[in-house]
Order: sequence, then structure tokens, then C-alpha cells
Amino acid sequence: MDQKGIGMTQEPILKARGLVKRYGKVTALDRCDFDLMPGEILAVIGDNGAGKSSLIKALSGAVQPDAGEITLEGRRAQFASPLDARAQGIECVYQTLAMSPALSIADNMFMGRELRKPGIMGRWFRQLDRPAMEQFARDKLSELGLMTIQNINQAVETLSGGQRQGVAVARAAAFGSKVVILDEPTAALGVKESRRVLELIKDVRARGIPIILISHNMPHVFEVADRIHIHRLGRRLCVIRPDEYSMSDAVAFMTGAKLPDGVEEAA
Amino acid sequence: MSSETRTDGNFEAGLSGASQKVAVFEERKGGLKRLQEWLHMTPSAVPMIVLLVAVAVFGLLSPNFFKAITISTILQQIAIVGILGCAQSLVILTAGIDLSVGAIAVFSSVLMGQITFRYGVPAPASILLGLGLGTLMGAANGWLVARVKLPPFIVTLGTWQIILAANYIFSANETIRSSAIAENAPALQFWGNSIEPGGVKVLYAVFLLIALVAILAYVLRHTAWGRHVYAVGDDPDAAELAGVRTGRVLIQVYALAGLFCAVAGWVMIGRFGSVSPSASTGQMGNIQAITAVVIGGISLFGGRGSIVGMFFGAMIVGVFEMGLKMVGTDPQWTFFLIGLLIILAVAVDQWIRKASA
Repeated sequence: MDQKGIGMTQEPILKARGLVKRYGKVTALDRCDFDLMPGEILAVIGDNGAGKSSLIKALSGAVQPDAGEITLEGRRAQFASPLDARAQGIECVYQTLAMSPALSIADNMFMGRELRKPGIMGRWFRQLDRPAMEQFARDKLSELGLMTIQNINQAVETLSGGQRQGVAVARAAAFGSKVVILDEPTAALGVKESRRVLELIKDVRARGIPIILISHNMPHVFEVADRIHIHRLGRRLCVIRPDEYSMSDAVAFMTGAKLPDGVEEAA
Repeated sequence: MSSETRTDGNFEAGLSGASQKVAVFEERKGGLKRLQEWLHMTPSAVPMIVLLVAVAVFGLLSPNFFKAITISTILQQIAIVGILGCAQSLVILTAGIDLSVGAIAVFSSVLMGQITFRYGVPAPASILLGLGLGTLMGAANGWLVARVKLPPFIVTLGTWQIILAANYIFSANETIRSSAIAENAPALQFWGNSIEPGGVKVLYAVFLLIALVAILAYVLRHTAWGRHVYAVGDDPDAAELAGVRTGRVLIQVYALAGLFCAVAGWVMIGRFGSVSPSASTGQMGNIQAITAVVIGGISLFGGRGSIVGMFFGAMIVGVFEMGLKMVGTDPQWTFFLIGLLIILAVAVDQWIRKASA
């Protein structure tokens, strides 16, 4: 195992080299590298304040790194905004879910990429194609079998926490053509709802879309991940395979209690 | 280094045989709960009910109330406040507030008048200029809110004073007389024209108000931009992450509010005849507009309510003023009751929000 990671037989679909992000005096990302292989589930774990969120935000366009480069499918990519990253096929489910509570499920699923009616009503009067949007939202939700929602026009704030999470995951899965990023998708959920979300994650991978999963939940990480990226002090400490290491090893690595072979602690 | 036994184990084995339902809630729906949910879905229902009740009560108290002339007078009186209310509604839906609406309206009307009379520009051109300048004033508010990230209350409290002062300085406190306008630039008074079907006078301004409300209702409900306005007011961070360009939406909202204010300024010329920099709208316009918006059930915390509600809110104020006058009470009762209504409206808004909890 080396610091560059393992399983590099093919080109990563999403790659980052030397990312730096500073907030005032705090360095959140310190020359951080990152690789996501096609079709895999890559878990990102790390202690609080290790810079996981900053890494994810840089990859999804929510923050712009001060230095370093990101390549998507071998091409240099620059994400000026989440909209930009989305346009290039990277979808993110944020921990906060990024949903407008007072708006409907359909409105939320299509926020920022609404469908317009064909013809004059759409082109000149910019009218939304509500029926098409509702049909699509309903299809996606039932396809994922995640929940039973009677009314697609119901406001998101009237849903339970698990249902909201489900809508957010469904949104990402429906539109993410290249990469889906999930930030703590099971943190707010009960055991049964977590199970559904994990199944959902596997479903998405089965469709060939690679997933980045950020989680503190070691059993979940070790169950679904193909590789685990361990983040420490603003950079990638190592990448391990879940079948080669135990959960306690992983925890030891990410807290600095133990060093993986061949890695020296950065000063 | 590897291979302790993996401890993820079978802690979920206990799930087999468990119910497969996810988060199903027992629904206990009393009448009150249903009412709350219905109001949650249709926020303009409350002001509509209040309006109907008020009309019914005044109709009983005063036999003259149910006359077409009364309705047309009320509509005439709310035309300006209603248009300012459209501007205010947009801003409040984004969880902002615009204290400068009245000032922008007055300054725009003065600009239209003075550009025509002082510089000899043809009236239609100076109207366009006035509308453009009003839009710019609004855009300046929006820029300060969205880009400099100042609180809307502070920004518009400042621009309210600045614009009103600029208005007095620019006009040298001169009023342009109604007769001069009618003679030289009738276009300025366009919205004061009326049709009189069956002897009931209806100002063009009333049709303008209704058209603006209808257009805004459509835009807010049936276009992506309208949904974005709600999303920005609801939770700006979530909207940004979901891909809404919140800064741009905010600037557009304030600029559009400026345009509506300038339109209100133009309507003021038609309604009052003259152009006066000291029109009371400059001081009172924002408070009246905010009152209409709040009574109309639009939440001051943003993201909830409808423009139609604002229209009902403005109507309620008009009906109260007119009705109490016809009943013959002390006019202070109007303000007394409107004050009560404002507090009641916000209380109802808070209660409706709990439908989601």
C-alpha cells in the first residue's frame, strides 16, 4: 500500500492533485490528493476537522480551492459553483440536504433545472411543465422504493427526516450522470431507514455511477465501500480496502493513534 | 496488520421480521388540524376570509356600502398602495424588506415630471427614463444586499433617506401644477383616465393594479424564476447549494421592486394630477405597503405567502377605511383596527408554520 492509493490500474474518473484551501489562518486542505475510480463506492472518513467537508465542497463546486487541480474523466475541470459541477454530472447530497422546506417535493427535485412547457407557453411565457416534473419525481421516488408519498406536491417540511433524506438521495441519483457525492446520508436516520439508504447506494452503483460516501458510521462504511480514503490533517493519509483492515485499524489511522505501513505522519 | 474479526457483525439481524414500514405516523386529524393544514397549502385564504367578513359586516351596518361606486372608490384608493405592495411582496418573499418603496415612487414621479418640464424631453421618453431610473435605484438596493451583504433593513433605511433627500434637492421642492401637465404632457396623467360603465368611474390605474397582480401571481407560481424567489426566501444556503444563483435573484427582485415603485410613481401623477416632491407617499408608502403585505398573509420571514394575498390585504385596508367612514365613526378606529389586524395576521402566520412541525 502506498500513499497514492491502491487499485490504480485504470484512470480515475475524478481526480484531485495538491488541493489547498485556507480560511483565514486555518488550512482546511493541505496539498490534498484524491482519486475516485469508475463504478466504485469510495468512502471518505476522517476525524472532525480533518477537512472532509472542505474536500467534498471543492469537488462539488461549493468552494473554490486556492491551489491544486481537479480532473474529471481526464480533463481539467474547474467548478465555479455547484451549478457548474452539476452541469458536468457531479451531484451532491449535502448534510443539510439543501432543500427548501416550504416548497413541494417536485419543486425541490427540479430546483435550478426546471422543465419548461414545450412550445409558446414555455418559450415565451416561461411556464413550468408541472405535470412532467411531477411525473418524473413520482417515478424516481417509487423506482427507489424508498417511501410511500401520497402527494408529490406536499411541502418538504411536512415530511419526516428519513423521507427528506430519501428525496435528496433520489434527486442526486436521478440527475447524477458521472459522480454522486453523499455527505453523512445516514447520520439522521434510524436503523431501518439507514438500511434503505444503503440499499439505495448499492442500487446507484449497480447502474455504474461511482459514489463518494462521507460517513462516521464504520459498519456502514465497511459494508458498502470498495475503498476507503482516510483523511487526516487536511490531506489523504492513505487509502485502504475494507477487507484488508479492521474497523479499529481505520479508526486508529484516522485519529493518528497508529500509522499505516509506509506512511510517515506529515509534520 | 489486518484481520481482526470484522465487527460490523449482524447487529441488523434483529430487523428480520420487523415491520417493513418506514416512518409511518399516526394521523390524528381534528378539525383545527385540518384547517391549519389547509391554510398551510393556501396562504391567501386568511385575508380572503377576513375581507369577506369585513364586507359583510359593513354591508349590514351601512346600506350604501353595497354600491358599485363604493367598490370603485376603494379600488381607486388602493391602486398606489397595491402597486407598492407588489414591489414589497417580492422583496419580503426573499426574507428582505424594502423601506424605500415610497421614496423611489415619489422620486420617480418627480424625475418624470422634471425631465419633461425642465429639460423639454417628450413625456413618453421621460416616463421611460423615470421607469429606468427607478429600476436602477432598486438595483442599487439589491446590489448592496446581495453583493455587499448588508441587511436589507439597514440598506433600505439608508436609501429611503438618501432618495427622499435627493428628491427634494433635485426638484428644488417645486411642484408641477396639474393644469400644466394636462396641457403639455397628458401622457404623465395617463393612469388617471377612466372609463365609466353605467356611471361608475373606474380608473385605468385600477386595471393596471389588477393586471400587475395577475402577472406577478403567474410569474411567482408558474416560472422557474418565481420558484427561485421563494427558495431564496425560504433558505438561502439551501437554494444556493441546490443550484439557484441567489445573488442574481436578489438583485433582480430589488430591481423589479424599483420598477414597480416607478410605475406607482407614474400612477401617482395620474391620481393626484400634479407632481409634488412632498407627496405623503414618500413617508407613508412603505408602511402602507408593508401593512398590505403582512395583512395579506405573506410571511416577514420569507418564502411563504402569495401576491393575491397582498391584494386582499390592500383591499382589507381600503374596505376598513371606507366602511368606517360610511358608518361614521372616528377615523382613528381605522388605524386601531388595522393595528390589531397586523398583529393577528402575524400570529396566524406563526400558527400555520407549525403545521409542518
